Amino acid sequence: MNFTSYDTAEFFDEMLLPDGCARSGARLLKERIESLPNGELLLRQEAAERLLLQSGITFNVYGDSAATEKIFPFDVIPRIVEASEWDWIEKGLKQRVCALNLFINDIYHEQKIVRDNVVPEYLIRSARSFREACVGLNPPQGIWCHITGTDLVRDRDGQIYVLEDNLRCPSGVSYVLENRRVMKRTFPQVFEASRVRPVDEYPSRLLFMLQSLFPAALESPKVAVLSPGMYNSAYFEHAFLAQQMGVDLVEGRDLVVVNGQVMMRTTKGFERVDVLYRRIDDDFLDPQVFRPDSLLGVPGLMDVYKRGRVALANAPGTGIADDKSIYAYVPKIIEYYLGEKIIIPNVPTYICAKAEDRSYVVSHLDELVVKAVNESGGYGMLVGPHCTQNERAEFARRIEDDPRNYIAQPTLGLSRAPVIVESQFAGRHVDLRPYILYGKDIYVLPGGLTRVALKKGSLVVNSSQGGGSKDTWVLLP
Amino acid sequence: MLSRVANSIYWLSRYTERAENVARFIDVNLQMILDLPSGSTEQWAPLVIITGDDAAFAEHFSGATRENVIRFLTFDTNNPNSIVSCLRAARENARTIREAISPEMWEQINTCYLMVNAAASDPRIMASPYSFFNEVKKASHLFDGITEATMLHDEGWHFYRMGRLLERADKTSRLLDVKYFILLPSVADVGTPLDDIQWAAVLRSASALEMYRKRHGPIIPDQIIEFLVLDREFPRSVHYCLTTANDSLHAISGTPVGMYRNPAEQHLGRLRAEFAYTDTRQIVALGLHEFLDGLQQKLNLVDQSIFDTFFALRPIGGSATFDLGRNQ
Repeated sequence: MNFTSYDTAEFFDEMLLPDGCARSGARLLKERIESLPNGELLLRQEAAERLLLQSGITFNVYGDSAATEKIFPFDVIPRIVEASEWDWIEKGLKQRVCALNLFINDIYHEQKIVRDNVVPEYLIRSARSFREACVGLNPPQGIWCHITGTDLVRDRDGQIYVLEDNLRCPSGVSYVLENRRVMKRTFPQVFEASRVRPVDEYPSRLLFMLQSLFPAALESPKVAVLSPGMYNSAYFEHAFLAQQMGVDLVEGRDLVVVNGQVMMRTTKGFERVDVLYRRIDDDFLDPQVFRPDSLLGVPGLMDVYKRGRVALANAPGTGIADDKSIYAYVPKIIEYYLGEKIIIPNVPTYICAKAEDRSYVVSHLDELVVKAVNESGGYGMLVGPHCTQNERAEFARRIEDDPRNYIAQPTLGLSRAPVIVESQFAGRHVDLRPYILYGKDIYVLPGGLTRVALKKGSLVVNSSQGGGSKDTWVLLP
Repeated sequence: MLSRVANSIYWLSRYTERAENVARFIDVNLQMILDLPSGSTEQWAPLVIITGDDAAFAEHFSGATRENVIRFLTFDTNNPNSIVSCLRAARENARTIREAISPEMWEQINTCYLMVNAAASDPRIMASPYSFFNEVKKASHLFDGITEATMLHDEGWHFYRMGRLLERADKTSRLLDVKYFILLPSVADVGTPLDDIQWAAVLRSASALEMYRKRHGPIIPDQIIEFLVLDREFPRSVHYCLTTANDSLHAISGTPVGMYRNPAEQHLGRLRAEFAYTDTRQIVALGLHEFLDGLQQKLNLVDQSIFDTFFALRPIGGSATFDLGRNQ
């Protein structure tokens, strides 16, 4: 297979220049792919898929009872990020996470940023992700968002933007590690020659960070991953991370609060837990404080947390910082707390709660992408240019009914990368989700999850909406 | 270790062993049929009886034909004890505890399930089932070997071994029962070469024929019972299974063997002692089938007490009920 008939069209292509030559970091890769004997690449692609199925690297699709288990489609052509570009991304992400953490801490304490009229009061007051129960809390070292996944996209002109922040329970990092394992097994020669930065240290970094959260001076605090259970779409990841860190994977029903401590039910009685990497949303954590109907959480957990006798990552309440209308203020938030200009720019954002923005949005729905402020996974959004008149009218109604719940952004021409489609290379839109750990210092996993919108022309990369993924190679300088 | 995880490991191994033994049941019958004098009718109903699922079978199938019985025992997803259902349950249990077992174990149980699931729609399997059931047995052995060689031999592994061997004790007894239910063409055939052939088939299905020959030589029913029920060194004999399961039970609790501190240790210890002080004559005098029936009931009691002792921790104070959900 070769790239002679591959068309980059009017988009920025992550691998090739418009004239069909490889970008400098991708030259070796292109050469190696083109030198493979006929049919070899397809065989490798099949081998990779078989490996994923055998290892059971699958996710569950909600509302699909017949075949609830699917492999996350994987494309063997890696996406390459050059060293200098990565340095810039890494700096920008550290800056952003640092400022957002200060923002969360401020919001649950004095709200100086509101009093100084940088972020409007009504946005905080009306935010569904604001947690009254977190007011006045002081998590260890003042850190709230220990694990962040930030979605980056590139527009036609090559500029990279932050599309959204995920500061609650970002998922996907297990695919980064598994994709890399699969690539090493299916493409050892190409991999060896390419000087790629490793990703394998993530689980140890994560464990180290989690252990550092326990306030008391314990020799080795007991860490566990708290999962909603095997019917959750990200269950594979919860089990994978627990396994890679060598810690217990627990569910709410395994835990109980006894004498002011969180305990696990074991075959030998109760055993204390000190740190929970929780993959359950705030709402379900503790039925005594949040949703009373939750069966997934642990009654009394928040009380133990407030007393500092268990650490939670991420802290409850972080969702306030990834509310999509707060997102629009991140450049100002960075300036306010750090006195710096934002490094990786935001996508211009219209806040429907503002009357003038709203009227612009409603009259320009055919050009805009509209998103519900608290949704994720590609749910509750409208890609204006790809929708019918009726769908747009329906969304206009929803916006007028509940303006606080929506924001809009111009439709970007997301960059593309070549993927194998029916024995040919075809350009598909991609994004990139790097993962950031915030403990004693801030660590950015080199690379992250490159998601691909596999449907031709589609801009939605989420796995729940027919997205796939690629291995992401950050090159050594 | 977490009670929930211990429970899942225990059932992961029981279900894998169960799938393997269902393959053995079918295998023994296929072998016996090959040796029947031409003109005799194939007997498939006994297989359904010994698994104890005859009512469920009658509900979904009309007539214990070869095709129906093999389907029911192998591919029927409505039958919770079919091979495919057992492997599915084993895999679901494994999936909930992936962090507690080695990735190699997960990969093997997953591959094994995918293999059987794909075979369900493959017409060639029914036409020549021998190699398929052999594959199932081998996949289970491979899983056991992988577990032995890759899992920490800690508490979880002891739950694994205990589950596996208790299941095997039950299934070896049922395999012997096949011979009780399979009728010889006439009473006059008892003790004839045909009878011997059937006994040999039972041994072969328990992977025991050659080991039996080393121990006892010629095919003699009493000695076969001795070998499959009371032998202390053959790893599929009931006595061996009970002793090893008992060792694991005591390794978990730390109670010295010979003593008991909980109902599980009491029931299993008593059962094991009974086997240590029984001989074949007593078994035959009581009636082999009756003896095996009693054994199966006592094993159920052991299983219940293991659940109560380790998996079903009582809730603290409050009224909330805490139920891990029983496997079976």
